[in-house]
Order: sequence, then structure tokens, then C-alpha cells
Amino acid sequence: MNEELRNIWTQFFNWVMGNGPRPENEVIPPEPPPALPFTQKPEDKYSRFHEATLKERYNQWLELHGLHIFSSLYSGLSVLTCIVIVCLLLATVAELPPFGHERNPANNEVIRRYVQYGWHETGAQNIVAGLILDYRAFDTFGESSVLFTAACSVLMILSATRSNKPDKKSPLMRHHVFRKDDAILQGIASLSIPVILMMGCVVVINGHLSPGGGFSGGAILSTALILAANAYGFERVHEFFSERTFIVSSSTALMIYALSKGYSFFTGANHLHSIIPKGTVGDILSAGLILPLDICVGLIVAGTLYGFYALFSEGEM
Amino acid sequence: MIVIEWLLLIFLIVCAIAVSISNNLLNSIIIFMSYSLVMAVIWVLLRSPDLAITEAAVGAGVTSVLFFLALRKIGQMGHKDDGENEGGRR
Repeated sequence: MNEELRNIWTQFFNWVMGNGPRPENEVIPPEPPPALPFTQKPEDKYSRFHEATLKERYNQWLELHGLHIFSSLYSGLSVLTCIVIVCLLLATVAELPPFGHERNPANNEVIRRYVQYGWHETGAQNIVAGLILDYRAFDTFGESSVLFTAACSVLMILSATRSNKPDKKSPLMRHHVFRKDDAILQGIASLSIPVILMMGCVVVINGHLSPGGGFSGGAILSTALILAANAYGFERVHEFFSERTFIVSSSTALMIYALSKGYSFFTGANHLHSIIPKGTVGDILSAGLILPLDICVGLIVAGTLYGFYALFSEGEM
Repeated sequence: MIVIEWLLLIFLIVCAIAVSISNNLLNSIIIFMSYSLVMAVIWVLLRSPDLAITEAAVGAGVTSVLFFLALRKIGQMGHKDDGENEGGRR
């Protein structure tokens, strides 16, 4: 019994290590390997009846089929992950409170206070504007700073790559192909740019009266700038909105914002009593600091979004 | 009104799926623009016009323009330009 087991084990070991049975017509090599006890590893390069070991066979099989199996496994796992995430998100959505229900946790005393005293305390007809530029003005300051910082980092990175190539106006750098004879684009632009600019200004200036505000109005202004740059070329826009203009206007707007609302750093996010009169609710000149802050945010956003476009497209503003 | 809302929501889901399975990147961006536009209408229906204006300006406008720009940078768009400008532009 023990002998048989040992025999089977030896056969199995030889199969794994690649030492098959000796063929009948074997020619003895000039230097035959010494007979090894089965605990010692045979030297593969001397055994002429060498079969592929199990590891070698595995490696060959992996080379042949590994990529295929990996890709199918990968796609299967990615689909599985997607399904799991979708199910989790759907389950979370199903757990959310119903939309617009009065017992929702969002309807707490904070929102009641904003709705009841918002007009009186901020003077803004648009409660959202009063919320983000008066009650939560400090948060909006942080958001504007984030936008400005992002624009500055893009400017720095793209300027660094630009300075490596001294010939910055070389045709290889100029991806933007400007055609002066694009009559359709120029005609549409000449008609729509004033309308878009007016719309943006209205949205910015009426931020405390009607929906909108600094961010959306600034985005509308920046689309007008992008359209102008596409229709008439970046040089024309550069005449009135250059990199220097962007830096100066954004920095000034941020400084005004910081000076008017940065005191929250020192008062522990508390309000100070404002000496600026609130005015009549519904007038253009009302709501204290909200109108100038709206204009500041609009300037920053318009400059930043147009700056992103110009930098990515031209490598300069 | 409920019917319109449901139509818009179904269109939104179809758009969201079509963006991911579309093979052409340009088509994906255009579908994404329409997604943002429908989303803006839904924001109006949900009585938040502030968000609607921002969604229309940023989602359908600026983001798509930046996406188009990225497409042109990676050379998926504007093959006509290469031919017309003696091939030296890229």
C-alpha cells in the first residue's frame, strides 16, 4: 500500500516537474545526469526527455489566453460594479423623503426664518440671492476664490508650457483656425452678441430681484465673449479683454468681496450690523451689499470661463 | 402638465443612456447638451428658476463648448481643417 502510494506520488511528481517516462529508443547523452532521489530537483537542461513542467504549461497557456480572459473578466466585473452602484443609488433615492413634503427634514426652522424674515433682513426680493450673498455670503466668497484659483493654475500651467516654445505664434501652436470670411457665423454673432450681453447684464444686475445672480449672469457673459472670439478672432476680443484685464478685474472683484465679507473670519462667521440702508424691496438700488457683490461674482465668473476657453484653445488670453 | 413632466423625465433617462453608449464623441456631446436643456426645463417645473438659468448657461453652454474644444485638441474633430491648411496645423 505504501509502495503503491509512493509510486503514484512519484509519477505525479514527475508529471508536474516535466520528467515523463523515458522513451524506448532513447540515446544516452554523453554526460547523463546522475540519478536523483525524487526529493532533489532534476536539472532540466540535461534531461533530454524533458516535457514542459506544469508551471511552464501554465505560462504558455496564460500567454495564449490570458489577455482574452482578463478582458472578459474585466468587462464582466465592470458591468457588475455598475449594476451594484446603480442599485445602491436607486435604493438611496427610494429612501429619500418625498419631494415637497412639509414634514421633510429640510423644512426646519432655518428655512422658515429665511422665508419669513428674508425680505426684512436682506432687502432682497429674490430670497435665493439674499441667501447666498447675505446669509451665506462667506461660502460664496470661498466658491469665487476656488474659481479664481483654478483659473490661475490653468494660466500658470499653460504659460509654463508656452514659454518652452519661444515661437509662440508658430502655426503648430495655433490650433484655432480663424477664417475671416465666415459670413454666417459673423452675421449671427453680430445679431446675437448684444442680446446675450444685455441678457447677462440684466441677470447680474437684477440678481436680487429676479432669478439668476452673479454666477449665471457671469456664465452668460462668458458665452458672449466666447462667441465673439469664435466669430471675429481672439485678437479682436484681446483688444478689450486681455489677460491683464482679466487679472485686474478678477483680483479687484475678489478684493472687494473679501473686504466686504471677509470679516466673518474674525467674528466667527457672525454678521455685523450693516450701516448700508436696505432701501425699498424691489428697487434696483436696494438690498445693501448684494448688488455690488453680484457684480463682483459676475466679473469673476465671466473672466474665468472665457479664460478657460481662451487658454485651452490658444494657449494665451 | 404631469404628462409633460413624465415625457421630459423619460427623455432625460434616454439621453443619459445614449450619452454613454454613443460611439461618436461629437454625438455624445450634443446629446449631453440636450440633456442639460431638458434638465433646465425640469428645474423650472420644480420651481427653481435660479438653477434653471445656471444649468442652461453652464451645462448647455460653457461646458459643451469646452468639450468641443477638448475634442478638437485630441483630434476627433476638425479633420477638414487639416486638408485646407496645407496639413501644417497639427
